[in-house]
Amino acid sequence: MSAEQNLDELETQLMQQISGAADAPALEAVRVASLGKKGSVSALLKTLGGMSAEERQVNGPAFNELRDRITKAITAKKSELDIAALNARLIDEKQDMTLPLLDDPLLEGRLHPVSQVMEEISAIFADMGFDVAEGPDIESEFYNFTALNIPEAHPARQMHDTFYFEPDENGERLLLRTHTSPVQVRTMENGEPPFRFIAPGRTYRCDSDQTHTPMFHQVEGLVVDETTHMGHLKHTVEAFLAAFFEVDDIAIRLRPSYFPFTEPSMEMDMQCRRDGNQLIVGEGDDWMEIGGSGMINPEVLGHAGVDATKYQGFAFGMGIDRLAMLKYGAPDLRAFFESDVRWLKHYGFMPMDVPGLAAGLSNKSLSGK
Amino acid sequence: MKFTLNWLHDHLDTDASLEAIVDKLTLIGLEVEELVDPAAMFDNFEVAEITATEPHPDADKLQICTVKSGSGEQKLVCGAPNARPGLKGILAQQGAVIPSNGMVLGKAKIRGVESNGMMCSGAELGLSGDHDGIIELDADVAIGSSAAQALGQIDPMIEIAITPNRPDCLGVRGIARDLAAAGLGTLKADTATPVKGDKPSAIEINVEGDTCPVFAGCLIEGVQNQASPEWLQTRLRAIGLNPISALVDITNYISYDRGRPLHVYDADKISGGLTARQAKSGESFVALDEQTYELTQADCVIADDNGVLGLGGIMGGMESGSSLETKNVLVESAWFDAVAIAMSGRHHHIESDARYRFERGVDPASVEAGLNLAVRMIVDICGGTPHAPAMGGQVPVADMKVDFDPARVQQLTGLMVAEEEMQRILEALGFTIETGKTWVVAVPSWRPDVVAGLQSSAHIVEEITRIYGLQEVPSTPLPKRTGVAQPTLTLSQRRASLMRRALAGRGMLEALTWSFVSQEQASLFNVADGLKLANPISSELSHMRPSLLPGLLNAVQRNSDRGTQSLALFELGNEFLAAEPGAQRFVGAGVRAGLATPKNWQGRTTSVDAYQARADAQAALAACGVEASALQVLPSPSDSYHPGRSGILARNPKQPMAVFGEVHPAILQAFGIDMPVVAFEVYPDTVPAPKGSGSPARSALDLPNLQSLRRDFAFEVGADVQAAQLVRAAKGADKKLISEVRVFDAFEGGNLAEGVKSIALEVTLQPSEATLTDVDIEAVTAKITEAVEKATGGKLRG
Repeated sequence: MSAEQNLDELETQLMQQISGAADAPALEAVRVASLGKKGSVSALLKTLGGMSAEERQVNGPAFNELRDRITKAITAKKSELDIAALNARLIDEKQDMTLPLLDDPLLEGRLHPVSQVMEEISAIFADMGFDVAEGPDIESEFYNFTALNIPEAHPARQMHDTFYFEPDENGERLLLRTHTSPVQVRTMENGEPPFRFIAPGRTYRCDSDQTHTPMFHQVEGLVVDETTHMGHLKHTVEAFLAAFFEVDDIAIRLRPSYFPFTEPSMEMDMQCRRDGNQLIVGEGDDWMEIGGSGMINPEVLGHAGVDATKYQGFAFGMGIDRLAMLKYGAPDLRAFFESDVRWLKHYGFMPMDVPGLAAGLSNKSLSGK
Repeated sequence: MKFTLNWLHDHLDTDASLEAIVDKLTLIGLEVEELVDPAAMFDNFEVAEITATEPHPDADKLQICTVKSGSGEQKLVCGAPNARPGLKGILAQQGAVIPSNGMVLGKAKIRGVESNGMMCSGAELGLSGDHDGIIELDADVAIGSSAAQALGQIDPMIEIAITPNRPDCLGVRGIARDLAAAGLGTLKADTATPVKGDKPSAIEINVEGDTCPVFAGCLIEGVQNQASPEWLQTRLRAIGLNPISALVDITNYISYDRGRPLHVYDADKISGGLTARQAKSGESFVALDEQTYELTQADCVIADDNGVLGLGGIMGGMESGSSLETKNVLVESAWFDAVAIAMSGRHHHIESDARYRFERGVDPASVEAGLNLAVRMIVDICGGTPHAPAMGGQVPVADMKVDFDPARVQQLTGLMVAEEEMQRILEALGFTIETGKTWVVAVPSWRPDVVAGLQSSAHIVEEITRIYGLQEVPSTPLPKRTGVAQPTLTLSQRRASLMRRALAGRGMLEALTWSFVSQEQASLFNVADGLKLANPISSELSHMRPSLLPGLLNAVQRNSDRGTQSLALFELGNEFLAAEPGAQRFVGAGVRAGLATPKNWQGRTTSVDAYQARADAQAALAACGVEASALQVLPSPSDSYHPGRSGILARNPKQPMAVFGEVHPAILQAFGIDMPVVAFEVYPDTVPAPKGSGSPARSALDLPNLQSLRRDFAFEVGADVQAAQLVRAAKGADKKLISEVRVFDAFEGGNLAEGVKSIALEVTLQPSEATLTDVDIEAVTAKITEAVEKATGGKLRG
């Protein structure tokens, strides 16, 4: 056998061993046996030192090339075995991706619909330049009634179903405000006209049935300056309702009524129609009562220290709970205050659902079915 | 206020349809609450004749009747004893709604025989109490003709809501006047002619005091009281009043026709003259409602020589009232002060038609006209001879005139109304006008709501515009400030909004609980005196809440009773400190109850703990602008919480901003809760407001590029030493180099001695100028060890 034949045979043998290596240790054994210090290829290379220059010129490149081919083959095989091993490990590491997650707080928490609706109302009125005013829940008869032009014997006082506290030694009785209107007087007393504000808050009446709860939420709106008239009231409420119900337009109907603190006084009816149980606002020829309103009675301006010969304006009031019921379809007012977790989850709002005018107030159209 | 269309036509000459009238009433402020149109009610009913009868094969008392109606013949089963051939009655066809019970008539089999329709009794139609047989109509009524017509039920009833300012519309004539002004016809002239009595009055009448300034009376001799004529009974029934006798019915009728309350006395039961006066203390009387009333000096009574006959303007007495035996009658037409009547009626809890009208304001000018009308009707219906009327006192004539600038209409409403139209409307409503640059408007005596002073113009504007039509008010945008809308929320509103979303983002559900709680629960939270309501809606809701916790705990209990095993609720709202305006404090409060981590495949099931409540409180405070790192945890003085597992959060120990912890077991027991509950209460208004407007820009940030490194320390310290002391000491060892200290282990027991615990810290060192050398690290390690040992009396574990 010639030396050349021996070389070919060695290469064939090694290549077979490399490709036949089943795993990394087997391949390593082949590497040590060929390229290691005592390996067959290394032994060949060592023979170069004892050769003549002529022999070396022939054998040197042949031996070196053999070494390079073997090295490359081992590297390639190594990479192939690594990939196979990784794949085997990955298959082995498989998990059941359908196992349930722990509850995610961000997805579990909810805001009460009344809070969300209050924020929607604030956002809309902020755009129209209305501040947000507040007042105390416990009120005096003066702010709740007298300053609002409801004298002691007035039938309207009885119609309010007022919660009272026991009278003090002077016979003065405190009460729970029956409406947010006392905030009108308190806010105007402490400021200078012009005024433009809303006053949302808790109100109380001694009444409880299917549609009444002893505690509920109202929002009052007020504008006082030198020229504001009933047409401004109409537009303001129409603009608010259209924005709130997220429709292009809603007409309101002003219907003469009576409140001692406004003159003229009007009930406000909102344009709507009913489709089965669903209420559709802003269309149709039906009307739904949505709140009371009027031009502020000059007596009230006087009680609030505003010059009624110079200033005039309007005020209106609406039920926040009712707005929430109408917009979001919650049928039973009493459920609003029962804190049933199932109800809160169903009708509540996610914390990232922040009402704003740029994105629209509600996220009703973020996805399709 | 109820009336019928025919009744309205007594006063209003109009061609307007019922629909037009109803719509207009609502638009001018007389809101229609109910419309009962008998024509619509008797849809599917018609006149029919029984042409033949045969016995029912299976029932003795039933007959099978052949009935002929407008649509032909049909057979039905009827149990009425009077059902017989030739009888004409009212047939209800399929689909008819039976007025007495609201049932819809369908096809029926009665004892096996098919029955098509029903012949109706008076009771079934809601017309009478007659159950004994079916209605029998006159023989000349046409078969197939309208049931409503045949029954005389053709007069629609309208009920309107009258606002307290419109006493004039508590009489049909006032409503007619409004409709005429609004263009729906003309107000008919008042044609009642007074009956002149010649004999001087045999009864003398006096008034004393201010409550009843005028009292007119007329004695009629020889009347025959009896049932009222049919037309009068029908009208009263249509508006829900029971006819009693002609004398009483006439006063009721005039009360609704004119808004003029009257009273009739049996003159034979009066001794001496009549006086309207204030009651004396100790006086009492038995009223028509058979109740005895103890009177006070604030009550105005009508009295004779023997004492009190009635509570003036509110309710007459049993003793002196009229009956069917009454022969001689005295009719009272008086006027009472609205405020006095309101107070007196409220004091005695008497609701009556008279009080309702007087406390809203009866037209003082109707004293005489009302009396004349009553005498006319009594004489016409009951006969008798009237004496000349007697009168005590004088009619209080207000004769009020107000100045009015017609330009106010446009200024106040934006409506452009021609001055002639304004004048026409006001005059149609009974106002009289002297025009000029400023008008002088005389207010009619029946409009006590239109008062003088600052508000008088607004009243006149209202009268003009409600009749002119508020639908014409032009929708006008408010002037809008240029540029972008400014923020409008106050600091505390902004904090509340952020706090709400922060807490919801922590998985909590926002609840709104009642502002009131029971006395028992309120007292567990140290309710202040005076926070008890005088008239609570129930004993469960009797006191203003001294804390938000009771409401939330009630919610925990209710949800837990339904089987909820894990819940987290929060509420933002006011707690009440005292019964005075403003003595309320805004609180953000929350509870977590039951399991913190329910059963799961990844780890242990855990219960809620006080650390979660502290985390909630810190998150809420962060939303108010307080960084958690600035807060200290101090012992809580609150007895609502577990004394060893609660704390307060504060930047300055004198100003707690929040309290948190496990809810005291005694409180949980009182609320009937048998799961662990932790809670927090955050007081946002204790957080100082930023000084000035505050710049949104952040401070400059220095980010060293050098690698940080971590070293662990474990200390043995006394059991009472708090982790925060170690952390503070370690941080203070080299403020420049130490960027973070974390507690990564804390335990007692094991091989530690009694009264000793181990706390382990991981300290992060962040060099800013040069990489740390071993010498640097050794030096800072020594400093940390020394600082902690010195601060806590503990020692580094070997």
